[in-house]
Formats: sequence, C-alpha cells, structure tokens
Amino acid sequence: MAYDHFVIQQDVNFAVRRGEIFIIMGGSGCGKSTLLRHLIGLKAPEQGRVFFDGKDLWAAPPRERDALLLKMGILYQSGALWSSMTLAENIALPLTAHTRLQRAEISELVALKLSLVGLAGFGDYYPAEISGGMQKRAALARALALEPEILFFDEPSAGLDPISARRLDELILHLSESLGCTAIIVTHDLASILEIGGNSIFLDAESKTIIARGPPRWLRDHADHPTVRDFLQRGQPINAAQEDHQGSPATPPSIPFTKP
Amino acid sequence: MSPPRLEILQDLPTRVTLKLSGDWCIGMGIPGVDMVENWLNTAPRCREIEFDCHELSRWDSLLLTFLTRLIRLCGERGIGLKDQSLPSGVRGLLALASAVPERQDALREVQPAGWLVALGQQTLRFSRDFINLAEFTGETCLAFGRLLLGRARMRARDLFALIQECGPNALPIISLIALLVGMILAFVGAVQLKLFGAQIFIADLVGLGMAREMGAMMTAILMAGRTGAAYAAELGSMTVNDEIDALKTSGFSPMEFLVLPRILALFLTIPFLCLYADVVGIFGGALVASGLFDISFSEYQVQIQNRLRMVDFEVGVFKSAVFGILVAVAGCMRGLQCQRNATAVGLATTSAVVTGIVFIVISDAVMTLIVTALNVFKR
Repeated sequence: MAYDHFVIQQDVNFAVRRGEIFIIMGGSGCGKSTLLRHLIGLKAPEQGRVFFDGKDLWAAPPRERDALLLKMGILYQSGALWSSMTLAENIALPLTAHTRLQRAEISELVALKLSLVGLAGFGDYYPAEISGGMQKRAALARALALEPEILFFDEPSAGLDPISARRLDELILHLSESLGCTAIIVTHDLASILEIGGNSIFLDAESKTIIARGPPRWLRDHADHPTVRDFLQRGQPINAAQEDHQGSPATPPSIPFTKP
Repeated sequence: MSPPRLEILQDLPTRVTLKLSGDWCIGMGIPGVDMVENWLNTAPRCREIEFDCHELSRWDSLLLTFLTRLIRLCGERGIGLKDQSLPSGVRGLLALASAVPERQDALREVQPAGWLVALGQQTLRFSRDFINLAEFTGETCLAFGRLLLGRARMRARDLFALIQECGPNALPIISLIALLVGMILAFVGAVQLKLFGAQIFIADLVGLGMAREMGAMMTAILMAGRTGAAYAAELGSMTVNDEIDALKTSGFSPMEFLVLPRILALFLTIPFLCLYADVVGIFGGALVASGLFDISFSEYQVQIQNRLRMVDFEVGVFKSAVFGILVAVAGCMRGLQCQRNATAVGLATTSAVVTGIVFIVISDAVMTLIVTALNVFKR
C-alpha cells in the first residue's frame, strides 16, 4: 500500500472468514481507509492481491470485477447518500440498475430495507432533511439493497452521539447475524471494537504493518505490543487507578463559581 | 436454482400450513400473497397459519417482502402466525423490521399542483427573488461602505489571487473571441459596403462597434460564463460544506470576506480586459479588410484614428465596469443562496450565468439610452 512510492503499509496478510465481524483498527493515519479502498475496488494496491471467494479482485477482467463488487455493500463514512434523490430513490437505484424487478416489487423491497434500519415512512425525505444518524442508517439500507455477501463499514460511528453509535452497532450485529453476511469494519471507536468485533487486525503507522491480530477483547488483555494494549485500554477512565484506591466520590466535584 | 414454490396444506379446519420450498431469491418469480388470500376466502374458519420450511433452500429479501405482506393480511383478518419454523435469520430480520413502527407523522402526501397554483408559486418566487436581489444589493453597498471606512475584513491575498484569476488568466479566451468578433463585424459589414464601393468604412464600423458596444458586451458575457459561474460554484460548495456558517460563527461577514473581494476583482480587471478586447477586435477587422477587401493596414489605421475619439472608448470601458459589478453580484448572490445539496450547486451556477447575462443586457439598454440622451457622441 503506497501513494507515489510513499509506503503506508506493507506485508499486510490476513483472511476474513465468512459470517464474521472483522475489525480493521489502528490510530489515525495508519492506512486503515486506504486498505479499505483496496478491498472495495476503488484503488489498486501497489503490490499484493485481494481475494474474494478465491477470485483475485484486481487481476479479474473489468466485467468480472464489477460482478464481484456487486456482492459487496459499502457504508461510507459520510453516508454518501446521493443528495439529489430521496431515500427511497437512493435505495431503489441499485435495484433498478442491477435486477429485473418490477416497480411495485422494488418499492416493497425499499420499504422493507427502510424498516430494517428503523426508517419506515421516511422514503420521501431527502438526505439533507434528516439527521446524521438517520443518514447513516439510510446509507446502510442502501448498502443492503443488493443482498450483499459482505458489508464494509468505514468509521460507522464517526460523527454520531454514543447512543446512536451504539444503536448502529447493534443494528450491524443483528443484520450480520440474521443475513449471515460478513462485515468488515474500519474504525478506531473503542466501544464498537470491543462490543461487536469478532476478529481483528491492528495496523501500526510506525512499523507500517500489522502488529496484532485476534479477537479484540482477547487483545485488550493479552496483546504483547504496548501500543495495542494502550489503544484498547484507553476506554478506562484516566483516574481509574486512583479512584480504585480512594473510592469514587459520592458527590460530583464542585465547580468554583465566580460572579461575572 | 430451483424455482420457489408455495403449497397450502390444511391440517385442521382452523389451521393451515404454508409449505415453502426452492429458492426464494430476487430474480425468481415469487408466488403472490393473493394466492393465500384467495385460499383463505374459501376457508373462513381458519385461525392459524404455520410454516414448513424443510425444503426451503435459499432466501433473501424477497421472502421477507412476501412475509411482511402475509403478516399484514393476517393482521387484517385476525389470523395468528406461528413463525417458529421459519429460519432464525428470517425471524431476526422480521423482528428488526417491526421494531420501529412506521412514523405516521413522517409520511408525506404529494399532491399534483394545478396550473393556477403553479402560476401563483412562480409569481411568488419571482417577487421573492426580487426582494433577495434588493437585500443582497443593500448588503453589498453596506460592505463597500465599511471597506471605504477601512473597517471591512477581507484578505488582500485573496483579492490578488482573484484578480490574477479573472484578469490575466482570462486573456487567452478574450483574445480569441474578440479577434473573431472583430473579423465577423468587418466581414458582414464589408460585404454590404462593397456594393457602394465604400469598403474603407469597415474601419469605422469595426472601430465604433468594438469600442462603444461589442468589446464591453463580449467581455462581460465571457466573464459571466467564466468567472460568474466559478463564483457561484465556489460559494455554493462552501455553503454545502458549512464553510459559510463557519465564517459567520468565527466573526467574519461572508459579504466582506467573500463577496467584496470578488466584486472588486472583477470591477478592477474588466475595464482592462475590455480595452484589450477593443484593440484585438479592431486588429481582427484590419486582418479581414486587408486580406479580403484591398484596404492596406495604414489606410485602415488612418481611418480609425480620424473616426475614433477617446469618448468612444470611455463609454465602452464605463459600461464594462458596470457589467463587471453586475456579473460578480449575480455569481456571488446565487452562490450564497445555494441549497445544501450537489444538484443545487449546479443550479446555482446555471442561474448565475443566466442572471448575469440578463443583468448585462438590461443595464446595457439603460446605459445606451442615457448616453444617447446626453448626446455624448456629438461632434
């Protein structure tokens, strides 16, 4: 993985099993999103291969690669809903382009996908008219449109409040369990990583390769590399150690009040 | 893939089993719920529906749409659905789909508007547009006032970059268009003048035409398409990206920080572009006159010097300065009025060019009337 001979990551070898929730984590600027772009067919890697169902994504002829890409559903960081179309049109567009369904069937499928993400009745809304969390869920509904075998998420909880982020995590978990599809999530949101991650790799910007792999909860307690442990234990409050000794204060600390 | 099949088996007078088999996937013709509905009409005592999915091999969302319709049908008729034998994934998804009920207040009714409504809306839009223009003009004047008092916040660096962009960078296209306009004017005029043996007046025609009118007009129209559109697109995408809001909350007035330098840049550069276009256009006329109509360069030059006076250029340059302000105002106004989506940026750009050209034509008519009334060109 490189931009103009500037190597970002090398020797990145990993396999994702069907049906698992796989987390690609690492600090900012370590190349997580670039790796994702290699996986979803947006940018060819400088060296190396990406196999999907035993087929080499980047060596496949364009038509075959397009067919492979249709088996992937992608939720972009900003949602990337097409702003000039309503939510229903956003979800219907891939269906009209890639299936031979009748209009009535498509509108039923659209209603179903919207209800799956908890947005029943919002089909006529434009992306700009709904909140950020709703946009993310609508984008997820669009990613699900073509019954993908594998779902990619780029920072799904970015820009969401903790409750919405948690709801989205639960949704991802439910959907991947019920649909049986694989989910690959690029994130540095600790709560998500520990909550839903089944397996993971940790990319490091300094050593430019994978420095840890395995289930995130296991890595939190057993990782050898201090960076990985620091990263995954960051969820503990800074003063946790002190408070454990002194006991949590019964009342919140008073804030000095000065008259203006 | 085997086609999806639905069999209806009645075990008891009050209970029915729906046997699903084959692949229930998108792309396969799926049995309709109406088949079940018709069957239920013949068995009014049925109170319960069960499923048998042992031979169901694959399924996707199409099975779910079938089941949601079935659930709705059973709900209407008070029939119980036993979903235990459905695949667990299907049950999970159905639970997820029904977890958040449809928000009735979110639904929208789109009513087709009659022509009278459409006419009314257009009229209102037109009047609102007019008010917006007046507001924008007022704000621009206030911003200029603050600039004159030295209190406007804008960056000199931005102004110089904008001047570079709409001045020197526009020279190639201005040269091409002005040269061609000069040549066309000369050719069209000369064909007629030749009938009277008066080809020498090509110089008068091209000189006066370019200096008084065409130089300013063509430059302004080019700048509307080139710079006005760029202003609208730039400010429009800034609106979409919340950059305008960020400026406001940081204590900068977009009128001073973004609009003023743009209007100033066009106002300052367009007179020079216009003069340049005049000269290139007259030169284009000379090329045609000498090449096709046997008039030497020196004859052409003498005729131009005798006929053209400073005031002809002054009127053209004055007009161009007015056009410059109007084009910049149209571009900035449409950019700042842009809605928050990608299509709106395109519409703002289109609208900026159209508004700019309308402003140019209307103001040109007014200025020509005034100039004629004042007898400016009297010898």
